[in-house]
Amino acid sequence: MKSTVTPIRSVVAESAPPALAIQTKDLAVHYGALCAVRGVSLQVPQQQITAIIGPSGCGKTSVLSSLNRLTDLIPGARVSGQILIDGADVLWPAYDPVALRRRVGKVFQKPNPFPLSIARNLDLPLRDQGVRNADERAGRIEAVLRRVGLWDEVAQRLDMPAQQLSGGQQQRLCIARALVLEPDILLMDEPCSALDPIASGVVEGLIEELRGDYTVVVVTHNLQQARRIADHLAVFWTSGDAGCLVEQGPAGAIFDSPKQAITAAYLDGRCC
Amino acid sequence: MPASASRLDPDRLLTGGLRLCAAFSAALLILVVIFLLLQAGPVLDAIGPWRLFADDGWFPADTAAAGQFSIVALLAGSGAVAFGATVLAAPLAIASAVFCRFVAPPRIGQLFRRMLEVLAGVPSVVFGFWGLVVLVPLINRWQPPGASVLAGALVLGLMILPTIALLADSALRSVPRATLSAAAALGLSRWRTALQVALPAARGGVVTGIILGVARAIGETMAVLMVCGNVVQVPASVFEPVRTLTANIALEMAYAYGDHRSALFLTGLVLTLLVIALVLVAELGRGANARRTAHG
Repeated sequence: MKSTVTPIRSVVAESAPPALAIQTKDLAVHYGALCAVRGVSLQVPQQQITAIIGPSGCGKTSVLSSLNRLTDLIPGARVSGQILIDGADVLWPAYDPVALRRRVGKVFQKPNPFPLSIARNLDLPLRDQGVRNADERAGRIEAVLRRVGLWDEVAQRLDMPAQQLSGGQQQRLCIARALVLEPDILLMDEPCSALDPIASGVVEGLIEELRGDYTVVVVTHNLQQARRIADHLAVFWTSGDAGCLVEQGPAGAIFDSPKQAITAAYLDGRCC
Repeated sequence: MPASASRLDPDRLLTGGLRLCAAFSAALLILVVIFLLLQAGPVLDAIGPWRLFADDGWFPADTAAAGQFSIVALLAGSGAVAFGATVLAAPLAIASAVFCRFVAPPRIGQLFRRMLEVLAGVPSVVFGFWGLVVLVPLINRWQPPGASVLAGALVLGLMILPTIALLADSALRSVPRATLSAAAALGLSRWRTALQVALPAARGGVVTGIILGVARAIGETMAVLMVCGNVVQVPASVFEPVRTLTANIALEMAYAYGDHRSALFLTGLVLTLLVIALVLVAELGRGANARRTAHG
């Protein structure tokens, strides 16, 4: 399913903008009568790390949830506009959300491994995807645990309940669980905010290692983290009653010379 | 002045009153057990606990020396009927709960839950009467005499189904939203989410529901009295009639005197302790489950 578009980190990136993995057009998310965010035309370049930053309550998480239609699960939530992934609008009612979510994985703020064993956490999605061969599943589980740096820590106790792992290990397991289905895109909702500084650093390093292989969209409250890991930046703000996207572009450019006064103030920590 | 003001303080009055009510409720259980012990005392003194299992059968008499007081057949009757009811009801109940939580549209699920609640409130004598008039003749045509372990298990199964289903449903409801979101984000199918993620996560609550269902089945009297045939014997098959501990008390209390009467209270004590033990096991399971969830 991986697309064959040329890698983005080419020297001509300045003149030829990178291919987009996700593009939203006039995206809005409502919860009942309440509008969480509106008018979002977000561009997510392929195989880069896009950070979404902004103050609390400006709709970052709502936008992230809508990208693989997890908003479907929230009673009363309505998403309007367009979300284009590979040219198809995933908000189209006939678009299969299950297929979408296997392509667009998600890691949550608080580690949420299933209350099952470590191995079972990774085995279930593979079985569900129809990988019948047990050896193949075992191989893919090992590979993905190595990828998140967890293999050496858990190889001897794969049958242990996942919830007995430390917070940082649990979060890496959750990343592994998302990766085991080999998605193209990984959505991450403040993946480090529930972790202690050391575990947070480990997970952050892991996110950086995903660059080039996956398109990563990460919501973060941590500006330093955004500065360290983001290739592309999207700044959200609250305007009037709803959130909106105020600025987006290459992270370096925005951090060095933000175009909007509000972005400049936010990045300097001068507001809120 | 301050003293009288504090005595009339409504907060203290309420606290005191509530303490009194709570103490009364708690004392009831203790009083019941003490009463049973006092009433069972004479026969227990005369025959000792051993003869409850070693005697030749249940042939009670007004004096301990003249009677035989084995409760083995009665225990077997209660056990067989309760076990059968649980085996029949638990899978259906769990399936109902899964349907309610994961398959039914919210409105239908809500309606279904209300129906289960009403079903749980149907008087047992109604179930028993139905069993006697419909079920027993039906089984009789197939495997006489009809009044049997099977009839009792079926009627009791219907009665404990809503109990187990409602508790399993509430256990499934308490599965953390984050767990279900994780399943959805992986695109897991509904049945796999329900059976392989949510049910294991709700295991403690479901087991509690089953144990409380068993407790209710063991304690039920009227319905089993009406459909089980009430022959004191260890059943050799599910088509044979049995008498349960509860039915035995109801059947014999009218004419029991002396040690016979005392022996009936002893069986009541056994029943009460059995149910208390089951509830305690259920509580322990729930506690362990709550701790596990809190960890995650």
